[in-house]
Amino acid sequence: MSVMVSVIQPTESWYLILSAVLFGIGTVGVMVRRNPLIMFMCIELMLNAVNLSFVALASEVADIDGQVAVFFVLVVAAAEVVVGLGIIVSIMRRRTTLTVDDMSGLKG
Amino acid sequence: MELFVFVVAAAMVLVGALGVVTRSNPVHAAMSLVLTLFGIAVMFVAHNAHFLAAVQVIVYAGAIVVLFLFVIMLLGVDQAEDLSVEPITNQRPLAAIIGLGVTGIVIAAIVSSRAGFRVIGDGINETTVESPDANITQLARAIFSDNVFAFEITSVLLLVAVIGTVVMARKSKSVGTGK
Repeated sequence: MSVMVSVIQPTESWYLILSAVLFGIGTVGVMVRRNPLIMFMCIELMLNAVNLSFVALASEVADIDGQVAVFFVLVVAAAEVVVGLGIIVSIMRRRTTLTVDDMSGLKG
Repeated sequence: MELFVFVVAAAMVLVGALGVVTRSNPVHAAMSLVLTLFGIAVMFVAHNAHFLAAVQVIVYAGAIVVLFLFVIMLLGVDQAEDLSVEPITNQRPLAAIIGLGVTGIVIAAIVSSRAGFRVIGDGINETTVESPDANITQLARAIFSDNVFAFEITSVLLLVAVIGTVVMARKSKSVGTGK
């Protein structure tokens, strides 16, 4: 018996697997790119992958606490971006190029 | 219909994510990030997380990406970066192997733990025309009752982040004098 396409419903596992793929793309981005701004964006990708899996699992186990966790992750992500971009701006005061290879020494 | 929403949102998420990793111009990467964030917001709506979808668009696409673009313009790094050379030998193949490994392990964990998912909560209220604020009400009850301490601590975190950024970004008068 053939299953019609319109009958197929995406289950929570589809969303979880998509978030795993998104997390993997973010991981590769952090390892490959050398521009710290792009690396930050890849960290945001990984945070969003985790948020997606939180929301999908909250729906799966019928518990609102997954959405509460996403709420706090959003706040922490905003604070993290503010501090990280502040560090990048203060580093760029002393240098002209923006690659992480130039930041190998701790002595400013 | 749900399948259509999933396919479209998944395409947005994956195209945007690949754009962030592969675009050489930081401005284009930031725009790809916006695409990914909107796709995630669509998936939040599909899971009855309407408040989080709105916050996702306002905070992420509205504030964080604008902050990224602001810093890119401020630092003047909006020219394309040369991606043709690998800084470390075999860096990209190794990164691809590690990324595929991480993804594979997580997918294996998802598939193997699939049978263990069971309902443990009281249910998530569906937002309908009759009760348009069902999700916000339920989320607010959870945050301001069970998680109120974490909520208060979050305000301290934001205060620390703001003060730290101001201290870091301030032009210090002692720069260059050795103090």
